[in-house]
Amino acid sequence: MIPVSDEPLLRAEKLTMRFGGLVALDALDIEVRPREILGLLGPNGSGKTTFFNVVTGLYAASSGTITFEGRNISGLSPQAVYQAGITRTFQRSRLSLSLSVFDNVAVGNSRMLDHGIIHNLFCRKALLAEYERTVEQVRTLLATFNAALAGKLFHSAAGLSMIDRRRVEICRALISEPRLLLLDEPSAGMTHDETAELMDDIMHVREKLAPFSVVIIEHEMNVIQRTTERCVVLNYGKKIAEGSYAEITVNADVRAAYLGQE
Amino acid sequence: MPLGVAMLVLLALSWALLGAETQTEVFGLFGVTAVIAVIASRLKFTESLGRVAVEHERAVSIACVVGILILMALFHEDHFPLLLLGSVLLYATACLGLNIQFGYVGIVNFAGASFFGIGAYTTAVLASHTAMPHLLILAAGGVMAALVGCVLLLPVLRTRGHYGALVTIAFATLFRSFLEVNDTLGGPQGLKIPSLQFFGWDLGEGLIFGGVEFSFYANYVFFALLLCMAAYVCVRRVERSWLGVAMDMVRTDEIAASVFGISIARQKIIAFVLGNLLVGIAGAAYGMMTNYIAPNNFTFADSLILVSMLLLGGIGNPLGVFPAAALILILPEKLQFIQEYRFLLYGTVIIFILLFRAQGLLPRGIRRFFPCAENDPRQ
Repeated sequence: MIPVSDEPLLRAEKLTMRFGGLVALDALDIEVRPREILGLLGPNGSGKTTFFNVVTGLYAASSGTITFEGRNISGLSPQAVYQAGITRTFQRSRLSLSLSVFDNVAVGNSRMLDHGIIHNLFCRKALLAEYERTVEQVRTLLATFNAALAGKLFHSAAGLSMIDRRRVEICRALISEPRLLLLDEPSAGMTHDETAELMDDIMHVREKLAPFSVVIIEHEMNVIQRTTERCVVLNYGKKIAEGSYAEITVNADVRAAYLGQE
Repeated sequence: MPLGVAMLVLLALSWALLGAETQTEVFGLFGVTAVIAVIASRLKFTESLGRVAVEHERAVSIACVVGILILMALFHEDHFPLLLLGSVLLYATACLGLNIQFGYVGIVNFAGASFFGIGAYTTAVLASHTAMPHLLILAAGGVMAALVGCVLLLPVLRTRGHYGALVTIAFATLFRSFLEVNDTLGGPQGLKIPSLQFFGWDLGEGLIFGGVEFSFYANYVFFALLLCMAAYVCVRRVERSWLGVAMDMVRTDEIAASVFGISIARQKIIAFVLGNLLVGIAGAAYGMMTNYIAPNNFTFADSLILVSMLLLGGIGNPLGVFPAAALILILPEKLQFIQEYRFLLYGTVIIFILLFRAQGLLPRGIRRFFPCAENDPRQ
């Protein structure tokens, strides 16, 4: 299943997204290579989250194609994109607060769970086995992030702190063992230390699972510096620079558009 | 221990309420209930009761069933209390169906009484004109309600939240007018329905059991109880499965649900069809119990009653519909002066719930997939 390493895992070609007169993505070309961590940078409104929304099928691109593992996924429904192996987190937490931590994480595994009516209503023995397996899986994954969080498996998500909610959201995205994880500003609303801890945990989990690629949208430059191998900088929906962290920080266009002149 | 006490108190109260004959008695009962409630909450009894009830769920269910059987035995030859008890059980069954729609997947169905009516009318036509076995007819009533409900699926799927509710309101109004102008269905006069029979057992006949004479309504209470138990198990299983998780996700966040592979349309279709099926079956049994139905039984206002039961009981908690159905059906019957203003009462009830106890009498808790102690992974 692992593609040949010189072939990109995800490739967006001439990707354009228009909202009426606004061009949110303008003929964007982005490649994500297998097993790499790619940083996606740019000022507010430069199209980073729009890119995520188009890739995950929430928006249908106006033109251009997206290829994932050699297969054209542009225009697929969000459900089909998830089935293909792409998961994401959201900038503003999208947990269902009235549900338990377990429910919230288990839903991320719906690719592996049997949603058949007969199975769910009448084969309770089989469901029980599937359920116990899932509980173990969720508990182990949560424990990798935080031992105390694993103890709150059947507490309501509403009672969690900000960092725990983030952790649960990331676990929801990780439990189905995706090929590509899209992280939308994991540091939003958290302190430096919390963000650092969270990123370490993600890297830690990543070593245990089959290695997957990550695209991370982030404004905290030290997170980008520490975690990413390559960065793409957007401005007004266009790619203005690409390269390692060291390369883009000295790029004149990037300094003008995003980092600011010193 | 606290469970046993609570159940006995509840049983005594419902016995007194069902048997109350004057309004003074009913008001006296209100006073007693209020005093008991205040004392219980002062002694922190309600808190521990809630915890125990969650832990011993099976015991609570069994106690409820036994309690209803005891009530049935106590009123063995009184028609009216038994009719009320049967109606409470069948309305509760219908509410269980609506609970899947409103409580789990988030479709507000303001046409509950219409689907109840479709079940009843299907039964009336099939039972008077065909020789189909009556159990099949009951099922046919449910299937018919589910099928007619499919007409509403397209608009319900295309709209979100309150707009879907408007579609169902339109349907409820339409359904009643349709019944009134339709002469083959009896027009405004309605239709008679023969009483329920199966395997040679005529539920319309009183029976003598162990030397004691039972009203024929006791048969219906028993039958309604069986139906209600089946519906309850079904709804609980929907909730406590991956389907239930998926439905809750659709209700709380459609975008997050679709990003994690959950088909919004599929969950809504399952919930809507299954819910209408239960409502239809309940309506069919209700028709057979009352022997007579008319368009006036299935108005938009009756749909509102069903929804207010759901709100009063606690949205999403199938156990809540039982006390709610009992209060909302029995009180107006016992307080004659309210009769004329019953809709005023329902309106007031809803406003008070929303003001003081927005989650209803028995709020929904955290989902427990397999609540029997031995396989609960929390232990």
